[in-house]
Amino acid sequence: MLKDITIGQYFAGDSLIHRLDPRIKLILTMLYIAMVFIPTNPAGLIAVALFVVACYGVSGISLSTVRRSLKPILPIVVFTTILNIFFIEGRVLVNLGFVQITYEGLLVSALMVLRIVCLIAGTSLLTYTTSPIALTDAIERLFAPMRRIGVPVHELAMMMTIALRFIPTLIEETDKIMAAQKARGADMESGGLVDRVRALIPILVPLFVSAFRRALDLATAMECRCYRGGEGRTRMRQMQLMPRDMVALVVTVAGLAGVIMLNGWLPSVYG
Amino acid sequence: MDNIIQTEGLSFRYEGSDTLALNNITLSIERGSFVAVLGHNGSGKSTLAKHFNAILTPTEGSCHIDGIDTREQDRLYDIRRRVGMVFQNPDNQIVATLVEEDVAFGLENLGVEPQEIRRRVDQALEVVGMEAFKLHAPHQLSGGQKQRVAIAGVLAMRTECIVFDEPTAMLDPRGRAEVMEAMKHLNRNHGVTVVLITHFMDEAAQCDRVVVMDSGSVVLDDSPERVFTQIGALRSLGLDVPQVTEFADLMRRSGINLPEGILTEEACVAEIEKLLTARQ
Repeated sequence: MLKDITIGQYFAGDSLIHRLDPRIKLILTMLYIAMVFIPTNPAGLIAVALFVVACYGVSGISLSTVRRSLKPILPIVVFTTILNIFFIEGRVLVNLGFVQITYEGLLVSALMVLRIVCLIAGTSLLTYTTSPIALTDAIERLFAPMRRIGVPVHELAMMMTIALRFIPTLIEETDKIMAAQKARGADMESGGLVDRVRALIPILVPLFVSAFRRALDLATAMECRCYRGGEGRTRMRQMQLMPRDMVALVVTVAGLAGVIMLNGWLPSVYG
Repeated sequence: MDNIIQTEGLSFRYEGSDTLALNNITLSIERGSFVAVLGHNGSGKSTLAKHFNAILTPTEGSCHIDGIDTREQDRLYDIRRRVGMVFQNPDNQIVATLVEEDVAFGLENLGVEPQEIRRRVDQALEVVGMEAFKLHAPHQLSGGQKQRVAIAGVLAMRTECIVFDEPTAMLDPRGRAEVMEAMKHLNRNHGVTVVLITHFMDEAAQCDRVVVMDSGSVVLDDSPERVFTQIGALRSLGLDVPQVTEFADLMRRSGINLPEGILTEEACVAEIEKLLTARQ
C-alpha cells in the first residue's frame, strides 16, 4: 500500500520532455499552475486537460500512473465536491429537503474536480520526467541570486536532495517495521480513530530512531567525500538552454494565452 | 615515503569515557598492500579506521597519512582525497538519487571540471562493473551493487587508499563475494591500497596481511598463514579461524599429515589430493 505513493518518483526516459532543461521545466510548471487557476468555466479546464494529456503523450508516461498519484488525494476531491454540490445556491435541480443540488453547484464542483486533477497530473509530470537531483539542481540555480539576500539556497537544495533520496528507503523501512510489529501482535486495522493513531506510535518511534542513525552515518559519509557546503563546488551535469527549451516555452506561453482568451469568451460559473 | 598510513603510539579516548578505545597503536600500512584488520565487536577496529581519514584524531600519539598529520585541520581535504572510506550500511552512504550522480558527488565537492568528472565517473563505474546501472536509482539495486557504487564514488576521487569498514556485514553471501572481488580487483589491477576492517575470517584470509586487534591494542600482525595457524591465540581472543584451517588442524591432530597454513578450500583440496596420490 505504501508503494503506491508515486509523488516525487522519477521515471527514467529519453522523451522530449525528459530532455528539456529542468530550469525551463520549473518555469513551465509555474506557467501551467497559472493556466489551471485561470479558467472559470469547466470547458476552459477541459482545454487545459487536453494540453496535459498531450504532454503525457509526448513524455511516454502512461496516464494510469496519474491515477495512482491521484488516489491519496481522492478524499479531498470527494469532500470539496460534496461541499460544492450542496452548498452553492442557484437553480435547484434536486431537492432533498434539508439540502438541495443546484445546477451552479454541479458546475462549480466539476470545475473544482477538474482543477485538482489537472493540477496534480500536470505538476506530477515535472517530477516524473525530471530526476529529483536535476530538479533540486534547477531550483538551486534558478534561485541562486537569492543567496545575496541571505537565503541558504545550496543548503535547501541539498536537504531536498537527501529527503528525496531517502523517501524510498524510509518507506521500505516503514513496511518492515509494520510487518515486525504485526508479527508481535500489533493491531493496526481495527478500532476507532484514536486507537489507530495510537497504533502508529510503535511504528513511528523506531522509524525516527533509525532515521536519526541514518542521518549521522550519511553526514560522516558526506564528510569523507570532502563535502563542505556549496562553495567551490562544481557539477557534473551542466545546464544549457537548447532550441527545444525555447520551443517548449513558446508553446506553453501560447497555451496560457489561449486559455486566457478562451476564458474571456466562456461564461464564468461564478456568475 | 613507502607507507601511506603511519601511526605512532596512537591512543584514543571517546569523550566522557574512562577507558582508552585505542591504546598505543604503532602501525604502518604500506602503499599498494591489502591489509585486513580483524577483531570482535568493541575491539577498536572501527575506531582505528576512523583515524585513517581524520574523522577522529588521536588523543595521544600521532597518525600520518602520506606524511600529513591528521591533526592539521587545514589539510583535512588533502587527507580525505588520499584515503577514502566505504561504510557498513550501503544505504546510508549514497547521497544522490541516481547512481552516476552519486559517484560524481565527491568530485563535485573537490571542484573538478565537469568534463573531467564525467570521464572519471564513467571510468570508476566501469572498474566496479556498474556502468550498466548508471541511470538507476539506488533503491533499485541490491546490497552488493550499492556497495560497488559506494566504492566507485571513492575510486572516482582517485584516492590512493580505501578503508572498508565492514563493507559486507549487511550483505548476503552473493553480495559479499561481489564486494570482495571488487576490492581484490582494485588492489591488484589499480594499485589501490586496501584496508579491510572485518570480522569475517575467510575475508581476512584473502588479504596479504592480517592485523588482529583486541581491546584497543594490536595483538597479532602477520601474514594470514601465520596468523591463522595460531588457533589457540585466536580462540582466546574470541575469534574463529577459517573453517578450512580448523578442518586441517583437526585432521592434523588425528594423525593426517596436512601442512599448516591452509586458508582456502582450493588449497585444502589440493593438499588432500596430494596425500591420497602419495598413499596409492
